Amino acid sequence: MTQRNMIEALNLALHQEMGRDDSVLALGEDVAVDGGIFRVTEGLLEAYGERRVLDTPVAESGIIGLAVGMAAGGLRPVVELQFSGFSYLALHQLESHAARLRWRSRGRHSATLVARMPYGAGVHALEHHSESKEVYYAHTPGLKIVIPSGPRNARALLASAIRDPDPVVFFESKALYRAFREEVPDEEETFPIGESRVVREGDDLTLIGYGAMLPRCLEAAETLAEQDGVQTEVIDLLSLSPLDDSRFTASVQKTGRAVVVHEAHRSFGPAGEITARLAEKSFYYLEAPIQRVTGFDVIVPYFAREQAYLPDAARITAAARTALSEQ
Amino acid sequence: MPRETLDLGYQVECLTVLDDSGGVDDDLVPDVDDDRLLAMHRAMLLSRRFDERMLTLQRQGRIGTFAPVKGQEASQIGAMAALTSEDWFVPSFRETAAAVWRGTPLTALLLYNAGYNEGGAIAEGQHDLPIAIPVGTQIPHATGLGYAAKYRDTGEVAIVFFGDGATSEGDFHEGLNFAAVYTTPTLFLCQNNQWAISVPRDKQTRSRTLAQKALAYGMPGIQVDGNDLLAVYRAVSEAAERARNGEGPTLVECVTYRLSVHTTADDPSRYRSQEEVEEWERRDPIARFQRYLGQRGTLDEDAIGRLEEEIGQQIDQAWEETQEQMQKLDDPLPMFEHVYAEAPAYLEEQRQVYERWLKD
Repeated sequence: MTQRNMIEALNLALHQEMGRDDSVLALGEDVAVDGGIFRVTEGLLEAYGERRVLDTPVAESGIIGLAVGMAAGGLRPVVELQFSGFSYLALHQLESHAARLRWRSRGRHSATLVARMPYGAGVHALEHHSESKEVYYAHTPGLKIVIPSGPRNARALLASAIRDPDPVVFFESKALYRAFREEVPDEEETFPIGESRVVREGDDLTLIGYGAMLPRCLEAAETLAEQDGVQTEVIDLLSLSPLDDSRFTASVQKTGRAVVVHEAHRSFGPAGEITARLAEKSFYYLEAPIQRVTGFDVIVPYFAREQAYLPDAARITAAARTALSEQ
Repeated sequence: MPRETLDLGYQVECLTVLDDSGGVDDDLVPDVDDDRLLAMHRAMLLSRRFDERMLTLQRQGRIGTFAPVKGQEASQIGAMAALTSEDWFVPSFRETAAAVWRGTPLTALLLYNAGYNEGGAIAEGQHDLPIAIPVGTQIPHATGLGYAAKYRDTGEVAIVFFGDGATSEGDFHEGLNFAAVYTTPTLFLCQNNQWAISVPRDKQTRSRTLAQKALAYGMPGIQVDGNDLLAVYRAVSEAAERARNGEGPTLVECVTYRLSVHTTADDPSRYRSQEEVEEWERRDPIARFQRYLGQRGTLDEDAIGRLEEEIGQQIDQAWEETQEQMQKLDDPLPMFEHVYAEAPAYLEEQRQVYERWLKD
């Protein structure tokens, strides 16, 4: 076992998947010579050569379009879009083609591609480098969307995404990239796409989060345990599509109280979907209104105010106390 | 007969006025008086020193990531000086020198780079669009501005800045095509600085020049020595005159070099050699123009020394003022402003809830 941060863990997955399957290619802006601007693709060019590791011209739509064609031609391209904020140029290719190739060809072809993209606020970046627009992709039938919360699950999920028969949009939190290290085994490891996990067990309250918000949820859970004697169950969604509602359903049916957290904007955000599913399947188990702690419905401010935009442990804790205050 | 060659009559000019030693081609020197030449020189020098100061501030953690302009001053100042303040300026994210020429306060540029939206405010009557970060996406806006100017018969032209990398984006091609189709008074100013982060110009496109891409859209394209202030000024003046005469858009490719990092998050030693950088440093646009002004008798070493001192003080003062402004901006609530002309009820409610949260 080796201690790795999320960048090193993702890099390990890419090296191993390219090593085990020569139909896997890595491409994107600055992916080859530079090793990716965050160094996630470091060393791939040296290991696998320029036929499999491509620096592309600056053209996000073209990159995804190219990957759709590569996939139809039997390859498994892993695309890096430099920031999710630049992915909207490629949204058309993802929505109109990647998501529909299987459906349109009645199962003959599939866009077996992974579109990796760094997302989220918290690293003092410029405009368009801080957004959390996973809903654009989660709202699109035919796409899978994965958002890991730490090095180990990031590595396992990326390996699964590359092997997946369908197109996967893979959101990587910049705030988590170098936030911490944990043990990531050298041996191959995968994790099923479309499965959430229980990160912390508890009987009093359910906290549902993912990605960069997960550490903040855990921090709030710790505070609630210490200061309020409340046992919080924390669910890490890991995939937004397909959304695994089995674990949070079971949890809320046990605790009766739920707080949903994401840094995406509030309106029409993932918490809306999760809340709806709870209303559909667990309504009679609820002992308090479901709380949402989310980014505001404003354009993410420039970085001097980005932490004010983001949910923090204090806001999550306060929402939990509101949910707990109903008897 | 079935296979013949079409003579399309297309050629691409390449323009240089000023040589490396400060000599000029007298037939090509634009008609610009000494005051204007000195103003252009001052703006280039101010941009350079300001850029250097921002790099220091960024390394100290006082401001955030930014894209240095070092090496591209002549392309930007030469182009902007050839236009009027009524003309429209459409920047990408590396147009600090052009912004300085437009009169954007240094405090605003600093505030923007320190992460405050207030730094992006555009003064009333200023014909500038905001900084556009996604590569190439601002290009069609200049076509639209040109269309509006033509429709309203204002006589204005619109100039848009972008780099060699942007010519790979769909928006570049769409913007140029529309401009030609609608014959808009639009100037497409490509700063070919040789590198799109780590990808060199010859891996961006197989075209011999970027200027020739204009020809496919039925507009003139010209390649200019982008480190030659006089050549850029001349090319843009001519293009603007054509645009104002109703003759439509032009693509101007300024061949220049990004002497510094792509942004402060970039490490160019991973992809390019120091020898290459040093070779371009010998063609530094400011030194070259200073040699010309010296030979012309317009500017001597003493005057440059005084100017350096004055510029240093101007930048010091701007940073002091910016710090004072930043101290007054610690309230996060302005993040709710300007999303809509009028905040909808749900958003106003979010603001109020957050305001109460801050007070408790």
